[in-house]
Amino acid sequence: MASNVNTRASKRKKKRLYLVLTSMSIVVLAVGLVLTALEDSISLFLDPSELVERNIPEGQHIRLGGLVVEDSFKKDQDGLTYYFDVTDGAETVSVTYKGSLPDLFREGQGVVLEGETSNSGLFHATEVLAKHDENYMPKEVMDSLKKRGVYREVEEESI
Amino acid sequence: MIVEIGHYALILACLLSFIQGTFPLYGALNNRGRLMALSSPAAYGQLFFVTIAFASLMYAFVVSDFSVANVARNSHTLKPMLYKVSAVWGNHEGSILFWALILALYGAMVAFFGRNLPKTLHVRVLAIQALVGLGFYLFLLLTSNPFERVYPFPMEGNGLNPLLQDPGLAFHPPLLYMGYVGLSVTFSFAVGALIEGRVDAAWARWVRPWTLLAWCFLTAGITLGSWWAYYELGWGGWWFWDPVENASFMPWLVATALLHSAIVVEKRDTLKSWTILLAIIAFSFSLLGTFIVRSGVLTSVHAFATDPERGVFILMFLFIVIGGSLLLFALRADKLTPGGLFAPISRESMLVINNLLLSVAALVVLFGTLYPLLRDALTGDKITVGPPFFNIAFGLLMIPLILVMGLGPSTNWKRADLKGLSSRLSFVFAASVVVALALFYITSGNDIMAAVWLGLGIWLLFSTIFEWAERIKLFKAGSLKRMGRQPRASVGMTLGHLGLALAVIGMAGTSYWNTEYQGIMSHGDTVSISGYDLTLKDTDGIIGPNYSAVRATFDVSKDGISLAPLSPEARVYLTPPMPTTEAAILSTLRGDLFVVIGEANSEEYDKWAVRLYYKPLQLWLWLGVAVMVLGGLISLSDRRFRMGSPKGARKA
Repeated sequence: MASNVNTRASKRKKKRLYLVLTSMSIVVLAVGLVLTALEDSISLFLDPSELVERNIPEGQHIRLGGLVVEDSFKKDQDGLTYYFDVTDGAETVSVTYKGSLPDLFREGQGVVLEGETSNSGLFHATEVLAKHDENYMPKEVMDSLKKRGVYREVEEESI
Repeated sequence: MIVEIGHYALILACLLSFIQGTFPLYGALNNRGRLMALSSPAAYGQLFFVTIAFASLMYAFVVSDFSVANVARNSHTLKPMLYKVSAVWGNHEGSILFWALILALYGAMVAFFGRNLPKTLHVRVLAIQALVGLGFYLFLLLTSNPFERVYPFPMEGNGLNPLLQDPGLAFHPPLLYMGYVGLSVTFSFAVGALIEGRVDAAWARWVRPWTLLAWCFLTAGITLGSWWAYYELGWGGWWFWDPVENASFMPWLVATALLHSAIVVEKRDTLKSWTILLAIIAFSFSLLGTFIVRSGVLTSVHAFATDPERGVFILMFLFIVIGGSLLLFALRADKLTPGGLFAPISRESMLVINNLLLSVAALVVLFGTLYPLLRDALTGDKITVGPPFFNIAFGLLMIPLILVMGLGPSTNWKRADLKGLSSRLSFVFAASVVVALALFYITSGNDIMAAVWLGLGIWLLFSTIFEWAERIKLFKAGSLKRMGRQPRASVGMTLGHLGLALAVIGMAGTSYWNTEYQGIMSHGDTVSISGYDLTLKDTDGIIGPNYSAVRATFDVSKDGISLAPLSPEARVYLTPPMPTTEAAILSTLRGDLFVVIGEANSEEYDKWAVRLYYKPLQLWLWLGVAVMVLGGLISLSDRRFRMGSPKGARKA
């Protein structure tokens, strides 16, 4: 009787050991995956001033946010490559992008670009993000504009 | 007047939830029958009043009563009726009211279907449900009153974001909320059981149908959102690892784990405290999801509201609900008696591995979603964690999961014979490897991961069919009869796994073999993509109810045979002024042909920016999910889970 209870208890302990070992190995696997995967897929969000200040090495993947400068938008002969400037009020960065622009892309509006700088100083965007809330202004861009003191309150429509 | 009635009804519902959440709980502790008897009527009353509140808000939207601030902000007279109605839950205040409505609906369902539960458990479950509801009512009344008036009121409303004006998105939030809030029932059952100090097979039989119901809604809701993104956002993607998508995906992962661990509790009376913990975590993720979407802490397409006051309230609410329930768990978990033993190779172990992988996957998604916040708080750097992170970290965790999924159903409870298992399934495994490699070779693929994912999908497909065939002894006398006699829960399991297999095959196809073309086309130009020839035939200006648009017509042919023409549109909405693209999609089992035109107001004459995508097997993904949900529903109809009869059938 007593030995029976003992084996049951030891079995339970053994079971717990298996469980702990399996979970540990899965967690270790997950942490490993997280750390390796994170390395390559983080992109820093910068505004044009920070991009200039920080001396970001060529080829590093970043996100750039700011306002598209009025009258800076140009289209290449092929009809699919675009040139425009992005500003935060203090600094301005020239951008080139080949691909399709999202529905909301407009001069004078906020935009978030994914891409990298090149040696010519031109920012090569690989993606123009169509992120927008109901005020059509990406949050990061709004924060950056507020910081630089160029943000004007969007005139509230009379509600 | 009607709006004020709604506001008043909401206050009454709030008071009722307070009564339902306190007095009966005290009654259950001291065995006072009268106090306990309060709980069901209070649950019905709460549903009644919150329905009135919701209906009066809907009325305000339908008649476009712009003296209500919420209506003025989110509606417009020109909007089609469907979107006037769906605008009710398309905004912050309305969506929270909708949450409260569904919460009360589930509460009333528990009150009704749970009549033959042990009295004290029934009362406690309802009390917890009511206390969660109380939080939401207070949130509504104190920080986000949907019935607030404005004066002077505007003559016209602001309109709804045109991207959201779509039938897919009209029904996406209700389904998702039914899922989110459905997990509240499981949560209430878990906390109720912790207070009660008893978890047994009957408890698990009670919890499973609710989890299953929530899971079906969540699955359908998430997929509807993904489908909407696919055809509406116009770049042919269906999953972006956007914080809001993650917010709905994390509870899904945990609910899936819970669904499986509840089976172990029911069949083998073990894994009890783990199951309780999962139930708490699943609902916590639901609340966290609401927090992420509604507080706007993370930027995303869906961030409707940015308001610190609300953020603090939700944060405190989260803290109380999650912290409180986890504390209770820590105090009471040891009261739950440990159950049956099982060997390392057994159905239980397979389900444990499933649970571990799903929970860790949910944590990985959580980490990726919250890491930018953490980094911002620590270093001030603003960063984003891109899809590659999730694809690698989450994707690789799914590989062992799918491998185990193929084995699990063929494994015996308690102790399985490893040799027998491997000899039975090694043939299936070899077959799927061969088929995957053959397909890989035929498609002259270049990414080995395509073969891996395709192989996993096929392995899951084959092993699920194999297990089913073995179970009904296919090709032997009486197999048809046995097929008909399978319990619905196991039919549901087979369909669920089958559906995932189809979905995985679809994901592999559309992710690794898609082709695209971007370019400028003029009338009469022809472009070929993946065997289809498209000719730009015509462009027309059209006027919709609240937008104007350019509609292009493409003649489509394949191998010289003409197919139905495709007509994508580029729309410009009037209120708020905003351009959108409407893709035209030709869906077949082999793949989707996806056509988008850009720039409705091109400055150059007859030059149209055109994007074409060919997405192989895309339809399999949607069909697979449909099969999964079907499996869930069939399983839900199993007699054993008939919600009213947890203790066996009552005499009719």
